[in-house]
Amino acid sequence: MSERAAKVTPTDADEQDDQITDSATPDAATEDDADTVSETTPTAVTNGAQSVVRALENAGVEYAFGVQGGAIMPVYDALYDSEITHVTMAHEQGAAHAADAYGIVAGEPGICLATSGPGATNLVTGIADADMDSDPLVALTGQVPTEFVGNDAFQETDTTGVTKPITKDNTFSSDPDHVGTDVSEAFALASEGRPGPTLVDLPKDVTNGETDTEPDEPKTPDTYHVQERADSEIVAAASDRLENASRPVMLLGGGVIKGEASEACREFAIEHEIPVVTTMPGIGSFPEDHELSMEMAGMHGTGFANMAITHCDTMLAIGTRFDDRLTGGIETFAPDAEIIHVDIDPAEISKNIYADYPLIGDAETVVGQLSEAVDASPEAKKWRAQCQQWKSDYSMAYDAPEDEPVRPEFVVEALDEATADDTIVTTGVGQHQMWACQYWTYTEPRTWVSSHGLGTMGYGLPAAIGARLAADDDQDVVCIDGDGSFLMTLQGLSVAVRENLDITVAVLNNEYIGMVRQWQDAFFEGRHSASDYHWMPEFDKLAEAFGAAGFRIDDYDDVAETIESAIAYDGPSVIDVHIDPGANVYPMVPSGGDNGQFALTEDQL
Amino acid sequence: MKRGLEGPPPEERPTPAGRRNKQGIRIDPEVEATHDPRRTVISALVKHEPGVLSDVSGLFSRRQFNIESLTVGPTNDEERARITVVVEEPDPGIDQIKKQLRKLVPVISVRELEPDAMRRELALVKVSADRPDQVAAVAEMYGGKTVDSCPETATIEVTGARQKIEAAVETFSQFGIREISRTGLTALARGTDETAAPSSAAVSADEANRQDEHPHTQTADDD
Repeated sequence: MSERAAKVTPTDADEQDDQITDSATPDAATEDDADTVSETTPTAVTNGAQSVVRALENAGVEYAFGVQGGAIMPVYDALYDSEITHVTMAHEQGAAHAADAYGIVAGEPGICLATSGPGATNLVTGIADADMDSDPLVALTGQVPTEFVGNDAFQETDTTGVTKPITKDNTFSSDPDHVGTDVSEAFALASEGRPGPTLVDLPKDVTNGETDTEPDEPKTPDTYHVQERADSEIVAAASDRLENASRPVMLLGGGVIKGEASEACREFAIEHEIPVVTTMPGIGSFPEDHELSMEMAGMHGTGFANMAITHCDTMLAIGTRFDDRLTGGIETFAPDAEIIHVDIDPAEISKNIYADYPLIGDAETVVGQLSEAVDASPEAKKWRAQCQQWKSDYSMAYDAPEDEPVRPEFVVEALDEATADDTIVTTGVGQHQMWACQYWTYTEPRTWVSSHGLGTMGYGLPAAIGARLAADDDQDVVCIDGDGSFLMTLQGLSVAVRENLDITVAVLNNEYIGMVRQWQDAFFEGRHSASDYHWMPEFDKLAEAFGAAGFRIDDYDDVAETIESAIAYDGPSVIDVHIDPGANVYPMVPSGGDNGQFALTEDQL
Repeated sequence: MKRGLEGPPPEERPTPAGRRNKQGIRIDPEVEATHDPRRTVISALVKHEPGVLSDVSGLFSRRQFNIESLTVGPTNDEERARITVVVEEPDPGIDQIKKQLRKLVPVISVRELEPDAMRRELALVKVSADRPDQVAAVAEMYGGKTVDSCPETATIEVTGARQKIEAAVETFSQFGIREISRTGLTALARGTDETAAPSSAAVSADEANRQDEHPHTQTADDD
C-alpha cells in the first residue's frame, strides 16, 4: 500500500513532466516517424488503453495472445479497433507460452495479455519460462483501479511483486499520459541486449483515464546499457589461444540464435575446422548433418558431444550460461580446457564456469572480431579424427524389432523424414523432449522451440500455436508431445481449431510420466509413485471432439502412412502414438555427474 | 538387453587429468584452492522510485548472497538514492553481486568501496538509569549523546564504525540494556574518490572484464 501510494511523489511527477516536454519537442527523425504513424492510424488516442495499443502498433506488433477479464477490458476495447490480430487463448498459461514461442520464431517480443488476479497468476509459469530461456516477451496485465490497490480488492494480486523475480523488468503504470510509453519501454527492454520477459501492470483507472498523449517510440531507459563489442585485448589473447589449441571445441548456446550469430558461427567453425557442440537451446545454430557437428551435450546429450567437451583443451563458448544440465558436476566439466566465454550479459561470465577469456558483447559482433583476429587455424587434425571416432563409437543407433511396440526414436525420425528441413518442432518436457532433441536432425536456427531452463510440461501445444503464427506459411509446425505434457494444456486445441492453425501434434504416449518413471527405475528401486497413469484418454478421439483430425499409431506398419496423412491435413491434427512404455532416454549423465562418464544403459548409472 | 545404447562403457574411457573447484575455476588437483569469504561494502546509486529497495533485497535473498546490512537513503539529487550493502562472500560471489545489481534496470551504478572508505553506523541504546553518572561517563567515552532520559531509563545515541558501536554496546550492557536499535552501515569513499559514478555505461562493462582483480582483501572493520 505504502509503495503504491508513494507512486505519486513530486519526483515522479517531475519525471513525467520532463518526458512530456521531450515528446512535445521531437527532433527531425521522430517527426518523420510521427508522419508515418498518422498515415496508418489517423485517430488520436483518447485514453490510456488506446495509448497502450498505439505503443504496440508503433512497435510493429502483429499478434497478441490473451484472455479477457474485468480489469483488462479497456485494453481489449482499444484492441477492437486495431490492426493487431488477437488470438483468444483457452488459458492464460497458454497465452504466455504462445507469445514466448512467437518470440523465439519471430525474433521479436511476443505479446500476451491477461486480466488482474488469476489472469496474471496464470501467466506466471509462462513468464518464468521466458525468463529462464531469455525469450523476448511482453506481458500486459490488468489491475484493479489504483484507489483499490492494497485493499485486497476483487481479483487483486500484487502482480509486479509476484513477477519481479521472473522478469527482466516490470512496471506498475500510474499515469494515463505515460502508460503508452511504459509499454514502449517494456517492448524495447524485452528485446535489447539479453532478451527476456517484461511486464506492465495496468490499473483500470489508468487505462480508462483520459489522455491525448501519444506514446514515445520503443526505447530502453537511460540506466540500461548493452556492450556490443568485446575488449580488443582479450579478443587478441583469445585468438592466440584458439590458434594454438590442439583440441578445440565450439560450444554454441541459445544466445547464438538470439544474437543472429548462427551464420557467423558456422563460417568460423568451418573455416577453422573446429568441432561444434550445442547446448539444448543452441539446437539449430549449427547444422547437425555437418561433419563437424557433435550435436547436443549435457545430461542427455550424445556420447560424442560429451566426450568432446570433456577432453577439449580450448572451448569457445558462445551465448551459454553453463546450466547444470549441460555441465553436470562443475568439478569435471571440461577440466583441461581454457574457456573463451562470449556473452552479452556480464553476469554470466564466471557465474558457473570460470572464463579465462571473458568476451562481453553481442555474439555476432564478437564472432566477427574473433574472425578478424584469428590468422591461423588450430592444428587439430588428430583431434578431429578422434571426434569422428567417438561419433562412431557412441552411435545413437537403436534396436527396433518389428514385433515389439513402436520405438519413440523411430517415430521422431519418421516425422523428420516426412517434413522439410525448415520445419519447426515444439515439445513439452520429459522423455519425448529428449528424443526430439536426439533423433530429429536440426539444420536451421529458430526451428527448435522448447522449454529448456524451466522445464515446463505442457509447453508444446500452446508453443505450436505461437510458432505457427510466427512461421512462414509454407513452413510446417510439429509438436512432439508426451501424454503427461499434452494433458496439461490440451485445452489449447480449441484455439487451434477455432483459428484453423495447421499444426501436427504427435503424442508419444506411454501412459507414464516417463522421465519420472525412468528415474524411479534407476534411483528409487522401481517404485512408480504417482508416475504410472494406468489409463489415458484416447487422444485421437479427444482431438476429434475438439474438431481436430485424430490419428492413432500402434504398429510400425502404421507409422509412415499415418504421419503423412496427419501432416497433409490442413488444420490441427493429433496422432496418438502408442510407444514402447519401457523405452528410456540414453545416454544419461546423472545430476551432478561427470559428463565423460555418461551411462549408455541403466546398469552403468 | 535392448534398453540403452552400444559403446565403450565408462570404465573403458579415457579421463582427463584436470579438475575444477566449486567456483568453476580450474585447479591443480593436488592443491585444492578455495576462496574464503570476506566482508566488504558495496555502494549502489539507484533511481529514487518505489520498489527499488525490494528489487535489491529480493535479489540478495533469491540468489542466496550473504548480507550483513542494507541501508538506503536519499541523496542531494532527489531523483537518486544510495543503497549501501555490507556483504560477506568469497571473491566470485562479490563479483556476482556487483554484476547482478548492475542488471537491475533502476540501478545506475555499483561500486565496491576501498578498505579506507568512511563507514558509519548509528545506534540508539536504551539503558536502565539506576546509575546516571556512570551512564553519562560511558556515553562520553564513546562520543555518544544522551537523547532521552527519565527516572527509569536513559537513551544514548552513538555513531561510528561497527567495531566502535559493538564496543559501546558491550560497555553499556553493564547497566542493563532495555532496547537497542541500529541503522546498519552507510559509507562514502574518501576525498575526490567517487563512491558511485553518476552514469553507469563504461564503468560497468570495464569492471566486468577485470574480474580477476580483487585488490581489496582487508575486512570492512577499520576505523
